[in-house]
Amino acid sequence: MSVDAATVKRIGRLARIRIEEGEVETYRNELNTILGFVEQLGEVDVSGVEPMTSVMPMTLRRREDKVTDGGYPDKIVANAPLTEDNFFMVPKVVE
Amino acid sequence: MTDLTRLTLAAARAGLKAREFTSSELTGAYLNAIEGGNAKLNAYVAVTAEQAQAQAKASDAKLAAGQGGPLEGIPLGIKDLFATKGVHTQAASHILDSFKPEYESSVTSNLWRDGAVMLGKLNMDEFAMGSSNETSYYGPVINPWRANNSNAQLVPGGSSGGSAAAVSGWLCAAATATDTGGSIRQPAALTGTVGIKPTYGRCSRWGVVAFASSLDQAGPIARTVEDAAIMMTSMSGFDSRDSTSVDLAVPDFAAAVERGVKGLVIGIPREYRMDGMPAEIEALWQQGIAWLKAEGATVRDISLPHTKYALPAYYIVAPAEASSNLARYDGVKYGLRDTGKDITDLYELTRADGFGREVKRRIMIGTYVLSAGYYDAYYVQAQKVRTLIKRDFEIVFNDGVDAILTPATPSAAFGIGDEDMKADPVKMYLNDVFTVTVNMAGLPGIAVPAGKDGAGLPLGLQLIGKPFDEETLFAAGRVIERSAGIDFSPDKWW
Repeated sequence: MSVDAATVKRIGRLARIRIEEGEVETYRNELNTILGFVEQLGEVDVSGVEPMTSVMPMTLRRREDKVTDGGYPDKIVANAPLTEDNFFMVPKVVE
Repeated sequence: MTDLTRLTLAAARAGLKAREFTSSELTGAYLNAIEGGNAKLNAYVAVTAEQAQAQAKASDAKLAAGQGGPLEGIPLGIKDLFATKGVHTQAASHILDSFKPEYESSVTSNLWRDGAVMLGKLNMDEFAMGSSNETSYYGPVINPWRANNSNAQLVPGGSSGGSAAAVSGWLCAAATATDTGGSIRQPAALTGTVGIKPTYGRCSRWGVVAFASSLDQAGPIARTVEDAAIMMTSMSGFDSRDSTSVDLAVPDFAAAVERGVKGLVIGIPREYRMDGMPAEIEALWQQGIAWLKAEGATVRDISLPHTKYALPAYYIVAPAEASSNLARYDGVKYGLRDTGKDITDLYELTRADGFGREVKRRIMIGTYVLSAGYYDAYYVQAQKVRTLIKRDFEIVFNDGVDAILTPATPSAAFGIGDEDMKADPVKMYLNDVFTVTVNMAGLPGIAVPAGKDGAGLPLGLQLIGKPFDEETLFAAGRVIERSAGIDFSPDKWW
């Protein structure tokens, strides 16, 4: 499988990374080099093999369903580029 | 007075305890070394001199009273990937400009609990993506090592290149690092230092900027096997805030260092003998085998048949997890923000501007392999291959093998701006061919300097262990270190 220019632009949109017209060809080449490299996985016989979900045999721990943290919105927004009254500020989304 | 920065961590600790010098003197010596050398090596991206001096003073008070933790007064460097409260934590990325966390990572909290002093934050490949430390927004780290009769600048490896260069170049007593595909062991090998990636789950990932969560592990880079063991004991431990942290007692790793290898079975995997492998690497490997045999280990040829598929599987799994983890950098919550005409524009412009080329490439690959229609063909297939890679190791360990010996890297340190690697991303990825299998299987692996190539540059051997059996790696690593008996001190030019 290899990607074309339209696919590069589509991936960029999905990843929310602006791809300028002049960059498309370089990305296309690089992505195809990497995809060409990983292609060899297709030759491995994986019939009956479960995909890995946890590298160490473990079940996820559970805890009581209660609030254990929080109550400091000022700290949460402390590093935000633009805030007002402990809200993150973004361009208008809903007209 | 001897140069305090040349002491091993163990020797510095003994000197502090015996009151031969103070932590303030030791810390001052390192801060001077950083001031004199960092402009050339570029190992630190932030130096926390005032904080270091205050911590050292507090340690001196404890040491004077005969108190203090296992790392009391020892000056360390911290990889920029670890959250340190109120201090530069930017994963060497433009997109985290000016980010200063409101909290402390679990691993660094453990180090401060044990009395360590923070000198500053260490350079790295951006978001830990790279094998040469050239993808950092803050510019490449320069390896303290140079080839004989050459002034050419070499890479220290990556992604923990700042950690490796700072330890090798006497800019800290030891450093924290992280390893997703080889990012502790490869730079350790390229700088003549010792680096261990512990078993997945041994060190908490809480407060470590995430790259590929199922592969990321923290570990130390240090000047000796013993120093690495001392660091590991402090860094490790169960943490309820990391859902994959393993609730196991942490042994005193340093106590295992002189245990020897008598009676151990060491596996030699035939698949690690790669086509075109330099003769020097093969010779070093044979030398390592001879050293372990001479100390009473049994050496056995083994097969890990899926070895060649580890790197391609990694380049699906790791970018997939990265594309998800790095979705949080959106120009809204922290870091860089580029103004756009609407919210989507803001996201796209911020991320295009804030991420470097290698990071964008990996996010793109990850997004593609997770996208509709390709998920089964790429991602599920890679996770199945990962199961097979882990099974290969389980079979040999169940057969009685205690540890596995391999080369650490396919070559010694290479030049900054290597044209071949720049032109082909896969060439750079091949640096991790011997280390990446270990991450895919969640196992512990240690890189120990074992020899030098024809140009006088350090070369390392890797030992791979059973889950949570880092002790055997320290014991066998020490045998290699002692048998080699080489002083891995670079000639100071900086």
